[in-house]
Amino acid sequence: MEFSRWKVWGISLVCLIGILFAIPSLLPDRVASQMPSWMPSARISFGLDLAGGSQLLLEADTKDVATQRIATMEETIRAEMRRASPRIEIGDISTSGGRLAFMVRNPAQVDAAVELVRSLTQPAGLTGQRDWTVNVVDTSRIVIQPTEAGINAALNQAMDTAREVVYNRVDPDGTKEVTVIRQGDDRILVQVPGLQDPEGLKALLGKTARLDFKLVDLTADPAQVAQGRAPVGSQVLPYPESAAGRIAVQRRAMVTGDQLVDAQQGYDQTTNEPVVNIRFDGSGGRRFAKVTQDNVGKPFAIILDDVVLSAPNINEPILGGSAQISGNFTVESANQLAISLRSGKLPVELKVIEERTVGPELGADSVKSGAIASIIATAAVIAFMLVTYGRFGVYATLALVLNAFLILAVMAIFNASLTLPGIAGFVLTIGAAVDANVLINERIREELKRGRRILDAIDTGYKEASTAIFDANITNVIAAVLMYYFGSGPVRGFATVLMIGIVTSVFTAVNFTRMLVTLWVRRARPRELHI
Amino acid sequence: MRLLKLVPDNTNIDFMRWRTVGLVLSLLITIASIGLVATRGLNLGVDFVGGQMLRVSFSEPVEIDTLRDRIEALNHGDATIQEFGGPQTISIRLPLPEGGEAAANAAAEQVKDVVSKEYPSARFDAVETVSGKVSGELFRSGALAIGLAMLGIAIYIWFRFEWQFGVGALTTLFHDVVVTLGFFALTQLEFNLNVVAAILTIVGYSLNDTVVIYDRIRENLRKYRKMETVPMLNVSLNETLSRTVVTSLSIMLALAMLLIFGPDVIFGLTIAIFIGIFVGTYSSIYISSPILVALKVGPDSFIAKAAPVGEQAGSRNEGY
Repeated sequence: MEFSRWKVWGISLVCLIGILFAIPSLLPDRVASQMPSWMPSARISFGLDLAGGSQLLLEADTKDVATQRIATMEETIRAEMRRASPRIEIGDISTSGGRLAFMVRNPAQVDAAVELVRSLTQPAGLTGQRDWTVNVVDTSRIVIQPTEAGINAALNQAMDTAREVVYNRVDPDGTKEVTVIRQGDDRILVQVPGLQDPEGLKALLGKTARLDFKLVDLTADPAQVAQGRAPVGSQVLPYPESAAGRIAVQRRAMVTGDQLVDAQQGYDQTTNEPVVNIRFDGSGGRRFAKVTQDNVGKPFAIILDDVVLSAPNINEPILGGSAQISGNFTVESANQLAISLRSGKLPVELKVIEERTVGPELGADSVKSGAIASIIATAAVIAFMLVTYGRFGVYATLALVLNAFLILAVMAIFNASLTLPGIAGFVLTIGAAVDANVLINERIREELKRGRRILDAIDTGYKEASTAIFDANITNVIAAVLMYYFGSGPVRGFATVLMIGIVTSVFTAVNFTRMLVTLWVRRARPRELHI
Repeated sequence: MRLLKLVPDNTNIDFMRWRTVGLVLSLLITIASIGLVATRGLNLGVDFVGGQMLRVSFSEPVEIDTLRDRIEALNHGDATIQEFGGPQTISIRLPLPEGGEAAANAAAEQVKDVVSKEYPSARFDAVETVSGKVSGELFRSGALAIGLAMLGIAIYIWFRFEWQFGVGALTTLFHDVVVTLGFFALTQLEFNLNVVAAILTIVGYSLNDTVVIYDRIRENLRKYRKMETVPMLNVSLNETLSRTVVTSLSIMLALAMLLIFGPDVIFGLTIAIFIGIFVGTYSSIYISSPILVALKVGPDSFIAKAAPVGEQAGSRNEGY
């Protein structure tokens, strides 16, 4: 029977490392934190269903991205046409039907206008496409249409930014172990362990938090405004705090939330109401100072997500680069707004499409009963193996225990989370792990019956059983991989345990027991075999 | 030391004698399962139909009917209230109200209030809200995963063995999955994402027995070239019987402990795997193997691959 020395060393080393890495996960928190520093410290983390906490699945409004993109393009084109020399006069701008169209007033300037617009487009995607197509219809009307590659690139960028913004809002101090990951093209998954009431979180993520400072249009006729009509260059926005309920403001934002460096909840010095104190960056501060200098005595609207919060009069130029936002806040809502402003605006509106919250007690109960069930199940399988296979049952048992350690160790090393279904996966693996040993042992029994000598029977048993072991486990791997690929959260935890368990159980049931059997046969040189 | 032998040495059970009975029985059970799923339907959880689910545990058993009356008085539509795992753990499912998220939260709050008032000891363990869009996707991806797993495994078996074995594996898998679905239609246990995971597990594990038996059939087809197919299948089944019984018992033993002592929340998942392993053991004997007879598997099925080697050897022998 061949079994080289280095193989013995290799298998023993794997076992030792496995046990070493499994230990921290098996100890109670208090003991684990006091382990000597040479011990591995990685522990298995619990999934949300065991640890308790909240999970939200957010979906972006993809149409929102497209609309915003067209609006931005419109603004850029207006500005560029104004700045061009000679200035290009345009008009009759329309943004309907998902495209942007405008008229060039002087037909001689059409080519220059097209040239200018083309220079604003960028390459998108891998096919050499650009993000917009530019066409001229009816000799002087320019139509700009977003390409699919352009929209996808914009969405992708928006989602990356949104993920970051969401992360900053959920965990502004970076102290909680939150998970914020993108899922698919237009979704973000947020997991917050320990959070029991997700309402505050939803309020925080429900706002895009786009902050604009715009001048109030004093020329607007109140009767027209009441009907939602505003003069050219202005727009009517809801203003819940006012008597009229709406107000006309200039379209152009004087300063925006993009130019903030800080936002903090505070109190108004005279009324003692909760407010949000903001501070602009250098250029924002200068711009704010200039606008307030030029418009003393006029009302300045503070607009959050296209709703006017307040429109105080500019009493004097504000030169320090700081300002105060009031707007009938509570301490909590002011604080939420401050967090939202600090984290920046969401480039796209997010909606909650799935929400799961698990209480901490359920998880604790499940961990306890799951651990008890795992131990009893292991004991039952061990007893069954011992009465069925005697000495070879002892080997199977050792393999089983080692397998349990290895599963825990691999999970700890890869930082995989254990979920409730994962516990079921663990118990299932314990029950199924002996299959390889059963196959081997039954085969050895058969070979002995056929009259082979002991050494020969053991060798043949291990060899002949291996194809069946391999094929049987591959079917499990196929199922587990698909489960992981299509599943989410707890189900993935289950698939993880199954996959790890399949690999470790084949190792322990085949290589490890083979080593034990070989060492025993070499030493004891048995005349007969009870199996 | 006397060892336990669940299956005596040298069994010679004529399994194939009952193969027609077995096939008819399997067919009837399959049809009955499809009928159950079609008429009674599966008790789909919020994962698959959307809506809200609250999981509540109580310190003492509660009357479900009383609870249902109280909740239905709130007029949030059809509430489904059922036990899971025991009379002290209840799940309350509500359809998603039209007002979107805010309305859904309000409905959940009202239910919480009513339950807390009636049972001050109630503990709210989990609240899940799944929108119709997500539930539709979960349903489709779950069905797709199960379908792909079955197909993938059948193709693997075809690749490793022969096409007849692939067909046999696919039929066996279909039977096992349908019967498990029938069990869920019959018991009206909640059918959720965990159960889909369980079915995928069954697809992997219930086929273990089949693979081991097929492996032995292939070996015996090469070994006993002269033997008729039916007796050869009987020999293969008898030779692997002890292993089939020991492994299946070992898995079911472990799962039974989990059913008895484990967490209530994964009862559905565990019972599904338990049933699936049981059904899979039966079908590996009475579906996977008889199908090979019907598809005319014989010693020649594998000779095609072995032939070139044999011919070469033969011609060389002639040369000597």
